[in-house]
Amino acid sequence: MSTDYKPQSAVAKWIDKRLPLITLFNGHLMQYPTPKNLNYWWTFGGILTFCLVTQIITGLVLAMHYIADADLAFSSVEHIMRDVNYGWFLRYIHANGASMFFIAVYIHMARSLFYGSYKEPRELIWIIGVFIFLLMIATAFMGYVLPWGQMSFWGATVITNLFSAIPVFGESITNWLWGGYSVGSPLLTRFFTLHYLLPFLIFGLVILHVWALHVPGNNNPEGIDVVQGSQDTVPFHPHYVVKDVFALLVFMIIFAGFVFFTPNLLGHTDNYIQANPLQTPEHIVPEWYFLPFYAILRAIPDKLGGVIMMVSAIAILAFLPWLDTSKVRSAKYRPLFRQFYWIFLANFLLLGYLGAQPAEGIYVIISRIATIYYFVHFIIILPVLGFVEKTKPLPKSISEPVLNDKERAAKAATAPA
Amino acid sequence: MSDSKPVTRRNFLYISTAAFSAAGAAAIGIPLVSQMNPDASVKALASTEVDVSTIVPGQSITVLWRGKPVFIRRRTEVEIAEAKEVKIEDLPDPEIDDNRVKNPEWLVMVGICTHLGCIPLGNKGDYNGWFCPCHGSHYDTSGRIRKGPAPTNLEIPDYVFLDDNTIKIG
Repeated sequence: MSTDYKPQSAVAKWIDKRLPLITLFNGHLMQYPTPKNLNYWWTFGGILTFCLVTQIITGLVLAMHYIADADLAFSSVEHIMRDVNYGWFLRYIHANGASMFFIAVYIHMARSLFYGSYKEPRELIWIIGVFIFLLMIATAFMGYVLPWGQMSFWGATVITNLFSAIPVFGESITNWLWGGYSVGSPLLTRFFTLHYLLPFLIFGLVILHVWALHVPGNNNPEGIDVVQGSQDTVPFHPHYVVKDVFALLVFMIIFAGFVFFTPNLLGHTDNYIQANPLQTPEHIVPEWYFLPFYAILRAIPDKLGGVIMMVSAIAILAFLPWLDTSKVRSAKYRPLFRQFYWIFLANFLLLGYLGAQPAEGIYVIISRIATIYYFVHFIIILPVLGFVEKTKPLPKSISEPVLNDKERAAKAATAPA
Repeated sequence: MSDSKPVTRRNFLYISTAAFSAAGAAAIGIPLVSQMNPDASVKALASTEVDVSTIVPGQSITVLWRGKPVFIRRRTEVEIAEAKEVKIEDLPDPEIDDNRVKNPEWLVMVGICTHLGCIPLGNKGDYNGWFCPCHGSHYDTSGRIRKGPAPTNLEIPDYVFLDDNTIKIG
């Protein structure tokens, strides 16, 4: 990043000459040229960074009190809730923080889908993002196992059993994962280890994600290229720092609402019953953020097939930059894609609803239709749209649509009634 | 300052933003720091009751209180006399024996050397009291430091005699 920043103080000069950290931060967090027309959907990157840091800090603190042992884990979580100073507060932040993290990441991804942020030249940013999403899923799942309640235990059992669908090696793989012949202490300790490790890997990928973003610069609601450093851009600080902080504050108010008023709304009551290997709860469901993928798993009437489809549902995202054949990025100028986008989103929410319903009767049938549509969107609709859709003319600059709106407004105001 | 600029709206915004951020950071810092303090389950174990009916003069027991050893010694007449006879000028940390016991027969003290935290050995040392093997501190029959690097006498915990045979420490 080119920067005209020069350190002022003697200490800053001394450090910057040897390790240009100050110049680096100045270039990427202060002067970084950002399109001037970004809307509030672009604030979720900052919000997600906040979520990651919050989870790492509260997680670190919880790990000081948690005991990863099948006999002690459940009571150690109760000990955190009842005995540890502010333990209830820290645990509720961490538990609800996971949900807030997923709310933010889904919005962040939906924004990318709508404005075509995954398209050339930003394919790698998107692909790194898909890997971050995968790690988030793994981390959240393993974190949910740690309290060792009924949902933890049976969730762990069901998900690790997915690997038994692998032909020939399935059983030896599950036994390897478990470190035994069923879910127990060995699995709990390794899940705890990995749950501690993965957030730091996510953090590393986030750095790559931002690095890759800062090469071409941000996409924007018009989806057209801006000239870096021209009148199309403004410095990141203070313009987007202030906008991001404002959005973050609103986000934190909602977050605090969950933590202080309904801390268990997004959880499941059965997880306050200690794990019992002899009894499965009547109706087991994953955390809400996994429900759409869980619905896909259950929609397929075949063990291996279900697992393959569920994994594919996420993996297919990595190929999105090439499945979407349209050169136009923003849905604003793609009238047909825009409609399919909302149908896709509604279908995804429908899958989420179906994932929470019992796997019987009409729900199974709708799940299958929704699952098929999910894949049809990526494999048929997106590639075909690029060829058949008549897109609207793109503006010459990101200022043009705003100026046109103003002219139109001015004409309407002066026009005789 | 005579040449100071007038306070602008922007100054106010900067300072109030910084102040609110600092208050917010402090508010979130409290639980993050406080969680490392002794928790309710630790505090619940903060007192220990000991039955001392089986201890004969000249015998001592060690009990665990808050994770620390506490010496309870039933002193003999000779030990009590020895402790009382010591001249106050001879003590590095002057304290008379009467102030270190509730009943002269019973000496109750935290069995941790005031130097660096080792546990002194009983009936040892130049003063017939306790001797710390780590760095060579000698304590007398009242648990007072007499020789060696330890700065103060062995600590006396809060305790009460619930009855003749029961001591509640803490």
